[in-house]
Amino acid sequence: MSARDEILDRVRAALGAVSTSSTTFGHPAGSSPDDVVALFAERVADYQATVVRCPPDELEAALRDALPAGRIVVPDALSVSVPHAVTDDRLTPFELDACAAVVTDCAVGIAETGTIVLDHGPGQGRRAITLVPDVHICIVRADQVVADVPDAMPRLAPAVRQGRPLTWISGPSATSDIELSRVEGVHGPRTLVVLLVG
Amino acid sequence: MTSTFVGMPKFPVAAREALANTQLRSNLAHATATIRDKRARVVAEVDNWEELRLSGAAIKDAALASLDQHLVRLEARLTAAGAEVRWARDADEACTIVAEVAQRHGIDEVVKVKSMVTQEIGLNEALQEQGISAWETDLAELIVQLGDDLPSHILVPAIHRNRAEILEIFQRRMQGLASPEELTDDPAVLAGAAREHLRQKFLTARMAVSGANFAVAETGTLVVVESEGNGRMCLTLPEVLVSVVGIEKVVPTWEDLDVFLRLLPRSSTGERMNPYTSTWTGVTPGDGPQEVVVVLLDNGRTRALADQVGRQALRCIRCSACLNSCPVYERVGGHAYGSVYPGPIGAILNPLLKGVGVDEQVDSLPYASSLCGACFEVCPVRIDIPSVLVDLRAQVVDAHRAKRWGGVPSMQTVAMKGAAATFRSGRRLRLAERFARLGTGIAARVGARAWTGSRDLPRAPRESFRAWWRRTDGGTR
Ligand code: SF4
Repeated sequence: MSARDEILDRVRAALGAVSTSSTTFGHPAGSSPDDVVALFAERVADYQATVVRCPPDELEAALRDALPAGRIVVPDALSVSVPHAVTDDRLTPFELDACAAVVTDCAVGIAETGTIVLDHGPGQGRRAITLVPDVHICIVRADQVVADVPDAMPRLAPAVRQGRPLTWISGPSATSDIELSRVEGVHGPRTLVVLLVG
Repeated sequence: MTSTFVGMPKFPVAAREALANTQLRSNLAHATATIRDKRARVVAEVDNWEELRLSGAAIKDAALASLDQHLVRLEARLTAAGAEVRWARDADEACTIVAEVAQRHGIDEVVKVKSMVTQEIGLNEALQEQGISAWETDLAELIVQLGDDLPSHILVPAIHRNRAEILEIFQRRMQGLASPEELTDDPAVLAGAAREHLRQKFLTARMAVSGANFAVAETGTLVVVESEGNGRMCLTLPEVLVSVVGIEKVVPTWEDLDVFLRLLPRSSTGERMNPYTSTWTGVTPGDGPQEVVVVLLDNGRTRALADQVGRQALRCIRCSACLNSCPVYERVGGHAYGSVYPGPIGAILNPLLKGVGVDEQVDSLPYASSLCGACFEVCPVRIDIPSVLVDLRAQVVDAHRAKRWGGVPSMQTVAMKGAAATFRSGRRLRLAERFARLGTGIAARVGARAWTGSRDLPRAPRESFRAWWRRTDGGTR
């Protein structure tokens, strides 16, 4: 018998011995803060990320201020133009490693947890570009911010059902592996800048 | 290469040795106290935490109740998304599959995302035998690997090491640092050294091996929850990705994941959300590994599923909150459990996966507890570990009695030795007295079958002798 059939048989045999109660369950509500966008800004900043809030017409200036010196990579169809940036065209990991920063849009912001989610659609690029460069500047629009995780799931579902990957980002790369205290800056981008528009 | 747990002494023996190691005890006490406080703070922020726990437990129970259907669906979705799905009955089969994937590409070096399941199956050692080196990339795993050490915690395998010890290990074993003399015991500096040490590996790796925290049956999506970005590196940069996934990792739908993404980070690192969570569904054209293999592993899980009381252990999301809250774990550390799954969950999961009456070491684990119930209190999926422990003790006694070579007395000796180790200090005795009252209550409720068959469980007095002595000033009041 194949391993597959044998494992499925064992599962069925194990379940046969147990009364399968049909449990019903709901999904508990998430939090509902008064000012979702303000909470998002506060929670992202809690993770030692930089948050800059600006009206739409000041985005380009805020972006200019946030950019480090050096080569900047951007994905296709980014919502703003970044002067002198290189558009990702299957850059190798080493080429990405030589970039000082990446600028992207995002899919959803989650206030309660201070999380940004990328669904790697237009303006967000493939996963490697937001991973290898040491600075990630992410543009989040106020209408993309939801209160809590349960509000984010349905917004992300279409991308997941299309087979796209997601990256959930809560602050810069960090570790708690040494005496369980959080230290920012390991393998992922060590600097996260969130430009919160609107 | 990481050492293995093969040939570990029984829990009481190992525990006694660990108790004598004061450095270990102070490292552990510090680390677990830190994480307990962090967890308590972020859990208190959530108004409906209890509802979330109930929901988490119910979703996992529902997933397990039709596990066969979910697995078939998961397989179909993964296959449709371009992944190759393999099934492994046991550790050997799983390791062989991973090695074969490496060999068909002529790969002799893989990078690894921290995963409990690959430790469970001894993957690194098995790959080594085939001439394939496995590089652990999680910081704590790296500390364990470089120190030729054993993991002692689910989340932070090097929890038993303090910064000074880590510095010493890095100085001795970490190669390729530009300026090793600048290493200090500052955690930020040590983390920076790990970044430098692994950077080239990530940029050149051709194959990665991961586990998965969750597998969504409805969409064929795997989920890895992490902090450092080493997971993202492994899941994104190599050409080939093999993920070993225990069959109990299934959640039915994408929306179900919601509850676990709220429960897990708060319970495990004590954060509102962990820095990075990656989800992927088979192969994404033009993004990440273009060859994706998923190994669905049994290795005793169906045995646990058949255990009426114990099957709830398969709800475990490996957050490690039960370890951090356990008074026994805090004192003896993870190594004494002789398994990659230590602490309260290890004390039930190991016997459930391996069966009782086979290995004395495994049989001693259900006794590695004072039944205080702290693990159940903190468990995000409400696994009633004390009840499962009591039931397993009964099974151990039954198994030994069945063997007819004096098994019962020997198990009692084991239990008593464990007690001796726990009761060595006055503080521990005070704790133990408190726990005893809780413990017999639970045992009576669940019914310790074989044990009570031959004798009555004595009821712990409502007030312990020491409490009485204090209150009455030695019986004079
Ligand atoms: S048993 Fe519960 S508390 Fe312990 S690791 Fe598993 S999920 Fe966490």
